[in-house]
Amino acid sequence: MTREECENGPADMLIDGNKARAPREKQGNSVPDKFNSNYLKFYYGKLFPFSDIFKWMSYGNDGKHPGCDQTYFGRREFSFTLDNDIYLRFQSFTSAAELESSIQEKCPFKIDIGPVYSVDPAKRHAYAQSGDNVFTPVERELIFDIDMSDYDDVRYCCSGADVCLECWPLMTVAIKVIDTALRDDFGFNHILWVYSGRRGVHCWVCDRKARRLSNEQRASIADYFRVYKGNENSDKKVSLTSPALHPFLARSYTEVLEGIFEEKLLLSQNILATEERYEKILDMIPDESVTAELRGKWQEKRQSSISNDINVVRWEQLKQLLQSGKHKGKGLRRYVEEIVFSFTYPRLDMEVSKHMNHLLKAPFCVHPKTGRVCVPIDPNSCEEFDPTAVPTLSMLLEELNQGGVRGDVGDDLDRTSLGKSIRYFRSSFLQPLLKSCKEEMESSYNAKLQQMKNSLSW
Amino acid sequence: MQPLRSHHQNDAIPALPLYRSAPPLEVRLEDFELYAIDRLRVLKAMSDGLSRGKNPEEMEKLVKGLLWANMRHPQASEDVNKDIISHFVLRLVYCRTEDLRKWFLSMETALFRYRFLLLTSNDHRRAVMAEFNLPYKAVSNAEYEGVKDKLGQVARSIGQPPPTEVPELVANRKVYIHKGYAYVAMNQVVSLVVTQFRSHLSKALILTNRKWTSTIREQEKDRLTPIVEALSTSYLGPDYSQPRESAEISIKDLDQIAKSSFPLCMRHLFEKLREDHHLKHGGRMQLGLFLKGVGLKLDDALAFWRAEFSQKDYTPFSCQKIISSTPGVGDNHGCPFRHFRFNFILN
Repeated sequence: MTREECENGPADMLIDGNKARAPREKQGNSVPDKFNSNYLKFYYGKLFPFSDIFKWMSYGNDGKHPGCDQTYFGRREFSFTLDNDIYLRFQSFTSAAELESSIQEKCPFKIDIGPVYSVDPAKRHAYAQSGDNVFTPVERELIFDIDMSDYDDVRYCCSGADVCLECWPLMTVAIKVIDTALRDDFGFNHILWVYSGRRGVHCWVCDRKARRLSNEQRASIADYFRVYKGNENSDKKVSLTSPALHPFLARSYTEVLEGIFEEKLLLSQNILATEERYEKILDMIPDESVTAELRGKWQEKRQSSISNDINVVRWEQLKQLLQSGKHKGKGLRRYVEEIVFSFTYPRLDMEVSKHMNHLLKAPFCVHPKTGRVCVPIDPNSCEEFDPTAVPTLSMLLEELNQGGVRGDVGDDLDRTSLGKSIRYFRSSFLQPLLKSCKEEMESSYNAKLQQMKNSLSW
Repeated sequence: MQPLRSHHQNDAIPALPLYRSAPPLEVRLEDFELYAIDRLRVLKAMSDGLSRGKNPEEMEKLVKGLLWANMRHPQASEDVNKDIISHFVLRLVYCRTEDLRKWFLSMETALFRYRFLLLTSNDHRRAVMAEFNLPYKAVSNAEYEGVKDKLGQVARSIGQPPPTEVPELVANRKVYIHKGYAYVAMNQVVSLVVTQFRSHLSKALILTNRKWTSTIREQEKDRLTPIVEALSTSYLGPDYSQPRESAEISIKDLDQIAKSSFPLCMRHLFEKLREDHHLKHGGRMQLGLFLKGVGLKLDDALAFWRAEFSQKDYTPFSCQKIISSTPGVGDNHGCPFRHFRFNFILN
């Protein structure tokens, strides 16, 4: 499979995830029902919310206020992945109309959003790599990418690209833990969670403070969230050694992790049901007297309680043993938490968050493999989100056809399942964000005026 | 920029300047050199201490002693000026190559760190933070009560700068953060302050180097430049070159003294010589001059070396020189702590 870059991007260019693309079949012969370029063209013609994306990406600079930076939107990088894996980087536009016509013309299978640069990306070759007159990212949302395939060692229902309702709670956990921390610990407010279209979620933190973070600061925030360290080959990947858990971890545990582990995953994943599976858990407990006793109990064939699920019974026994103080080992209680953390705590792709120049898929794109739209997820009701019920391209077009084609895009949206998502996007995210941008712009403009006045006074 | 002044006359530690800008002070030419030498002694002794593996507590004590011994001026009020002047002179000396800059940055940062730790009052520490524009505010008692439990889980806290100023502490979850503010323990403040210091000095050294190469070196070629160029290569340890009458050892004592009193590098050379009846040139120089330095009489030495010892009058190698020499295959000289594998030294 060849991959032609029409623009020569820098070698270290990154787009979401560093995973290799799976080979795709040649277009034209076996076209999947859920996704093809004709459907996509129609989608871009009728449904894709261009003006909402433009308003968002302008962060208030598209207004008439004298404090507006008219160059702002034009310095944002977009990238398009076309049919046949042709990849166009450093696309930029000066208006919503330009953005719309370019997308409708090129019909990209994927649209990525990059940073805002110091100058229009189209003019980058005129600028140096270092020194004063430089082409460099100046603003970029703080972003997170959580991918279900990173949890393959702790989910038994699916693996790889597959996702189902049994393992989806892991994404729910990730959203709750990270969202709460972003708001309560870091004080961020304008946060957008988006379904990635297949097996994960993306997070966009859009506060001004967040957009101006340096790479180093992004890295330290990503590290703040990191607990899981390891790969398939290490036995224990979560190590919570200190006597007390950091308040962030403790809160995550009591408010989210413990609950979802005991009420959902323990059962749906049959975490302790077979010898192979419980041995994996026992490997996480370095105390031999404990593991020997548990193994003894579990190797018995008959179940003492038929009504209770075997996973629940065994988990209770394990907790009892580690928390009762019967065995003399130090810090045995901590192993219960480590097991829960291993199975539930969010696993972020660190590289995505650390670099300002990392590209991330735009919301409301359609995923080529599934045909599903990348819709926003409300963190306050994320436990109700069903990835298998997300609108697909063909479904949306069906809905449009049923009603007959009218002119107004607003009407079109409302007649489809996408309408709900767009309304949520506008009311819960875009409007509060733009309001805040306007306020910031006004206050900083007024401050500047005041400063000028002060410096001119005798 | 005013350096901090100590309120207590009896404080052994001088106030803590931040060296933001060269002060408009007049210096006598001889003080220009002497102050720098005194400071260099402090830095080199620190470097020594660190390479010998002293722990932070020991280093703090060492620094305190070094400052007392070297950086005081007959007029106590002049201490601060000596501090500042010596720093800026050494900047000129050590800005000139990458290696020099690296060493100087490392030592000055370490010195700053220990001096900050030695500050006895929180007021002084807070004043330093303010100088670095670390936006923080003290936590009121009421607020403290509200978050006390959380802090108990992490650490005691007094300062409250926003987390984006404390990347390392946030990354390792060593601070409690809330609504964009990190509650930083005063002892964690050190890492904040030291990072800022290092970053400022690093940039300043680059700028100094530019100025040096473009104007200063030429302008000062008859006055300061020779001093500056001589300073980076000066030897500051004890003077072993004067022959001393008192200490003497005789050839029959050698084996016993080697085991009990020789430094490890010399003992190794001695034992190798006894074992192989041979040493390569570097080893012969190192051991031979050492034996001379500890008082082995010439007759005994000659007898010892069996006519391999040269009459030329070299100065015995300093630790610095030995540490920096690179033994090749078959050589036995050099500093064992630098070149030998860890197990060897433990045995």
